[in-house]
Amino acid sequence: MQKPFAITLKPGTSLTNHTGTWRTARPVYLDRLPPCNNACPAGENIQGWLFHAESGEYEKAWRVLVENNPLPAVMGRVCYHPCEGACNRGQLDSSVGINSVERFLGDEAIKRGWKFAAPAASTGKKVLVVGAGPSGLSAAYHLARLGHKVEIQEAGPLAGGMMRFGIPKYRLPREVLDAEVQRILDLGVTLKFGTKVANIEQSMKDGGFDAAFLAVGAHIGKRTFIPAGDATKIVDAVSVLRSMEGEDKPMLGRRVVVYGGGNTAIDVARTAKRLGATEAIIVYRRTRDKMPAHDFEVEEALQEGVMVKWLSTIKQAGEGNITIEKMALDEKGYPQPTGEFETLEADSVVLALGQDVDLSLLEGVSGLEIKDGTVQVSPNMMTGHPGIFAGGDMVPSERTVTVAVGHGKKAARNIDAWLRGATQEVPPKHELAEFDKLNTWYYSDADKTVRPMLDIIRRQTSFDEVQGGLNESTALFEARRCLSCGNCFECDNCYGVCPDNAVIKLGPGKRFEFKYDYCKGCGICVAECPCGAIKMVDEDI
Amino acid sequence: MSFQPVKFYQTGTLTVGNRLLAQDERSVQANQMRSNSINSGHRACQGCGEALGARYAIDAAMAESNGQLIAANATGCLEVFSTPYPESSWQLPWIHSLFGNAPAVATGIAAAMKVKGRNDVRVVAQGGDGGTTDIGFGCLSGMFERNDDVLYICYDNQGYMNTGVQRSSATPPAARTATTMPVGPEPGNVFGQGKNVPEIAMAHNIPYVATATVADLRDLEYKVRKAMQMRGARYIQIFVPCPLGWGAASHDTIRLARLAKETGMFPVFEAEHGEVTSVLKIRNKVAVEEYLKPQKRFAHLFGKHAHPETVARLQAIADRNIRKYNLLPEGEN
Repeated sequence: MQKPFAITLKPGTSLTNHTGTWRTARPVYLDRLPPCNNACPAGENIQGWLFHAESGEYEKAWRVLVENNPLPAVMGRVCYHPCEGACNRGQLDSSVGINSVERFLGDEAIKRGWKFAAPAASTGKKVLVVGAGPSGLSAAYHLARLGHKVEIQEAGPLAGGMMRFGIPKYRLPREVLDAEVQRILDLGVTLKFGTKVANIEQSMKDGGFDAAFLAVGAHIGKRTFIPAGDATKIVDAVSVLRSMEGEDKPMLGRRVVVYGGGNTAIDVARTAKRLGATEAIIVYRRTRDKMPAHDFEVEEALQEGVMVKWLSTIKQAGEGNITIEKMALDEKGYPQPTGEFETLEADSVVLALGQDVDLSLLEGVSGLEIKDGTVQVSPNMMTGHPGIFAGGDMVPSERTVTVAVGHGKKAARNIDAWLRGATQEVPPKHELAEFDKLNTWYYSDADKTVRPMLDIIRRQTSFDEVQGGLNESTALFEARRCLSCGNCFECDNCYGVCPDNAVIKLGPGKRFEFKYDYCKGCGICVAECPCGAIKMVDEDI
Repeated sequence: MSFQPVKFYQTGTLTVGNRLLAQDERSVQANQMRSNSINSGHRACQGCGEALGARYAIDAAMAESNGQLIAANATGCLEVFSTPYPESSWQLPWIHSLFGNAPAVATGIAAAMKVKGRNDVRVVAQGGDGGTTDIGFGCLSGMFERNDDVLYICYDNQGYMNTGVQRSSATPPAARTATTMPVGPEPGNVFGQGKNVPEIAMAHNIPYVATATVADLRDLEYKVRKAMQMRGARYIQIFVPCPLGWGAASHDTIRLARLAKETGMFPVFEAEHGEVTSVLKIRNKVAVEEYLKPQKRFAHLFGKHAHPETVARLQAIADRNIRKYNLLPEGEN
């Protein structure tokens, strides 16, 4: 080998030495399931859309978001964000404000007029969706995008279901709801109001539908027997909230007692306060920590002057007053009567004791199983009757908007598979990206952005939205607090920290590759990957 | 603060790269076109901190000198594992002469370049702590004293690792090496001053002295690039954990470097003309045990025959560094 004067070794010739043969374990890239995605009832790819929001590509972020959920502006207001409860950043400082970024993206989409991508080519199949609530709208959206012809039949005069007739305006302004519903209809979905389906089989036959998705919700207020005089006004919470949408606002009087401890009880008490009640008192038989309502809503209600009688039941309603009995928790945590009574002044009593489903449209349909007043469905959301699927509040589940949206998506995918004569293949879930998989040293210290709240006087007297949104800079900041758990965000750490130069950087968006010819298997890349997107796998030796 | 960290870009400047930063704000190591001065196929152990530190430093020097760089290397691990005949991992002009004369060789190269009028060609010399703090120390001091135009980089892994882990004057007190066995009432290396070469270099009043670790890449690159913008004698000591010599897991190399800095065991600072100008502050202060426990060379301090008083003496060294260099963030002093 001829070399210039005094040169003995050629540059970089160590490449002939394949140090990869030393290895007993190899690093491999993987995508782990972020806890937020795992916790989302609507199956959103939260880490996925935050990734684009981090670089300020809001439209792209919104498009990734709506692949799973067509109602981000609604979600960003009414979702109880189990994602944030699961967020790994919560163990570091405080969870990422996923809900507030979602709302920002939803609002941005409305402001900028972003539309959904055009549906797939028509399949020629027709699907009937019964009910224009969150579940029905979600199913209609996904079915339409898959190329099916969708008709929603809604008994009421307006779309939205419980999003309109259950959730007060101060939590969800109606123009936001209208904008997101309209965007779904723009996909070519037909929506018929005032069309109550009396018999589902008949309606399917009449319209020539190949499948149906039932999502009529649960809007019959549960009653309980309270001995009462003629003059006492006893109403149910669902009716009160529903009548808020009409011209004639409910007349509840100056002293309103709400009976129950769920989110609906809170909503109706806060509504009563805004309608001018001087006293809005919730009577609940157990304690605050046992209350099914979300604690932040209880807190907001208390801030607005709603009062709560804990450990109390209503025994009797008289003229202008009610009698309540004090309760005490037994050792098992159940409330037991104590025989102590108290009288409260009350012009009306609102019962917020849960809701039942109106199942009349299913009468005479073969193969159905009804249990505890709900329709039983298989894991693919189909009822016992082939071709009839159901979801939302009418099937056994947690009754939230987000769960309903998730049902709609799941049902739509299964309906699509069923129409093709196939079964929906659900890919196995990735392993979970737990906190101990992360190297949190690498993340900037950054506290959560607090959303502005309306001042207390306006909260007590108007139906203006209570919680404000983020602006562009605070939303960007909040998105960038995401740890990207389990999914590579191209921080270049593996590429940098390898002592053997055995990682190839493939360029923006293309991630990285290992040069296994040279990787010695030291594992530094795994230890120093901030987000846990690499793991060591033993070699077969 | 030695360089201005970028905050709130998810990882800021804590990670090697960051897709949210502008191109000119990114590190040399994040660049697809980095020079990879020490290429794959070298025979350093799994997880070698020195191989990593050398690539970090020389790539940064290559970037700053537009690739016009010559390296002189002392004998040691770095030389042995990178150039077993007939192969070389180096991708720049590189020369090895003896264990103790790397500073003198570099001085000679710098003089030759000056004679040839090649102001654009820059010279670095590099070696381990043995070649720097012990064997090459006379030549190094001479290079400083003459203010020769060389950047000397010492990769400090606290011992003679290549020859079987013997003690050097950079080995910390209480550490086990082949020549400081954990026997007797005061096991491991003796408590003494050792040689604090960064401070000795500062005593020469040379233009630039700095310390860095492989756990803080952005700080390391900043210091190498800054040194390369200066002329005269410059010295950078880079803390490079040695999995073999320290008895540590190969994947813990960067973690140990981070802990050395976060405990105060290895103060990270820079000095110009003999005066400290900035320090890299501790981010989350931890006790020295966190740093000592993952290393088998300190295993005799813990367990059945523990030496808590020795651990306390090591903690006192860390505390003294923290006090002396003012290493805690503002408001935590």
